[in-house]
Amino acid sequence: MTAAQARIIIDGGKAAGKALVLGAPISFWGGVDPKTGTIIDVRHPEHGAGTAGTVLFVPATAGSSTASTILLELVHVGRAPAAIVLHEPDAILLLGLVAAREMGLAVPPALALDRALHGQFAGKTVTVEDGTIRTSSG
Amino acid sequence: MTARLTAEERAVAAGEDGSAMAMRIVAEAARLLGASRLIPIASAHIDGAVYHGDAGVLFAETLAGRGAKVAVPATLNVGGLDLTGCSMQRLAGHDRDMARRMMQAYLALGCQATWTCAPYQAGHRPERGADVAWGESNAVVFCNSVLGARTNRYGDLLDIACAITGKAPDCGLHRPENRVARFVFDVAGLAADFRSSEVAWPVLGNLYGRLAGDRVGVIDGLETDDEDRLKAFGAAAASSGAVGLFHIAGVTPEAPTLEAAGGGARPDETIVVTEAMVRDAQQRLSTAETADRIDAVAIGSPHLSAAEFERFERMLGGRRVAVPVYACTGRHVLSTLEDSGARKRLETLGVTVVADTCIVVTPMLPEMAGGVLMTNSGKFAHYAPGNTGYGVLYGALEDCVESAVAGRPMLGEARS
Repeated sequence: MTAAQARIIIDGGKAAGKALVLGAPISFWGGVDPKTGTIIDVRHPEHGAGTAGTVLFVPATAGSSTASTILLELVHVGRAPAAIVLHEPDAILLLGLVAAREMGLAVPPALALDRALHGQFAGKTVTVEDGTIRTSSG
Repeated sequence: MTARLTAEERAVAAGEDGSAMAMRIVAEAARLLGASRLIPIASAHIDGAVYHGDAGVLFAETLAGRGAKVAVPATLNVGGLDLTGCSMQRLAGHDRDMARRMMQAYLALGCQATWTCAPYQAGHRPERGADVAWGESNAVVFCNSVLGARTNRYGDLLDIACAITGKAPDCGLHRPENRVARFVFDVAGLAADFRSSEVAWPVLGNLYGRLAGDRVGVIDGLETDDEDRLKAFGAAAASSGAVGLFHIAGVTPEAPTLEAAGGGARPDETIVVTEAMVRDAQQRLSTAETADRIDAVAIGSPHLSAAEFERFERMLGGRRVAVPVYACTGRHVLSTLEDSGARKRLETLGVTVVADTCIVVTPMLPEMAGGVLMTNSGKFAHYAPGNTGYGVLYGALEDCVESAVAGRPMLGEARS
């Protein structure tokens, strides 16, 4: 079993899902389809991958301040990641979760974990609880 | 770090109405940004009213439904529809309804129906040194650089929350130490006739934005007292880079000299701009440079001023255009155009005046595969290929006018 202790940035309770570890920074506006959660940026290494329901490891974000709106749309249509693991807090992106919570929607937890530790979870099914990220037993 | 709220701010955040929701969002933004406190703001410019999806509409309607109102004067950026009826958008059914609901929700929150990306030419001009919360990249950069007021690059959701609370997180460009130039963008070696031309401003702005990223720099070697040129530079720079503030030595208010812009000393780093760099930047603005025809012309990003309309009409000289021409502006100019009869004259010549919106935020251009759009705007040139599907041919305003009349590219042929 692999485990790492992350810092909770947005408290969203327990979560589980398959880990999707992004190999490059991503711009949510223009990079992620707000209706499906699929990565639509053709220059991104994970182009075509679905982010909905995953534990999404994001090394860095780039681009427009409309990112918050895209994440809000994803939460609204039920296509958000199960949890988001960033390298450091990203105010623009995470405001989408703050706004969603204010609208009474259930939001995924967001955590901060050194990006050097992201790779060990790639492709595995992981759980997130109280800031601890661990691979599922078995 | 959690921002320290005052007792009054905590009391607002503890409530259940729209003001409480807005205060909690601003406080959370401060925590995520690492700001230690909130500061009062004098005004806001709201860029959240373009329709991207239903949740954004429901967010604004939730605030309005809980009785929120803006606490400071708040102008609105463009929406997805031209509510004046001057021009038509290709939005139908659900999307049209939601775009209209989005605009109505922001009006219900007490924002002003300015619907322009050039609020600084529609009477919204905060004082030098005032803290404000502005969205829309070109408006942010104009506000900081030309007016000398202080704003970060506020995005959707946060801009309206700041306007409702009258507060913003104390960080970034609100703090004087972050407004100091870190590099010199030296254009003094370029030919004098280029530096005094209209086209220099958007081209150099595009180059500056790509090289600056989010850093603050000071430009050496440009002179102007024409606000429309500063507007074109800022819009191009804020499209190609994350620029929030630039200085021009001897021109902008925080840069009486290079040394003043650098916080008392010339910045250590200098980027010397060469003619080859300028040619490269100008070429990058076009994606359809070899086109032998054009299908449309768009001007007015940022929205045209009354002075720009006068120049445009003078160049047109009563000639009819051969392709669709879109001239985007705000209501603040539309009333002037109505009074002088210019709108009617331009429409008779085939020009569509667009108010409240623009061609890159909502579907307006004729649907066409492989279409070519000509523009003099560095911002339209940057966004049109991705947002409209048109290739772009970039040129000066007189080139756009001559090409519109001829129906094919006329580059430089208007000048002797």
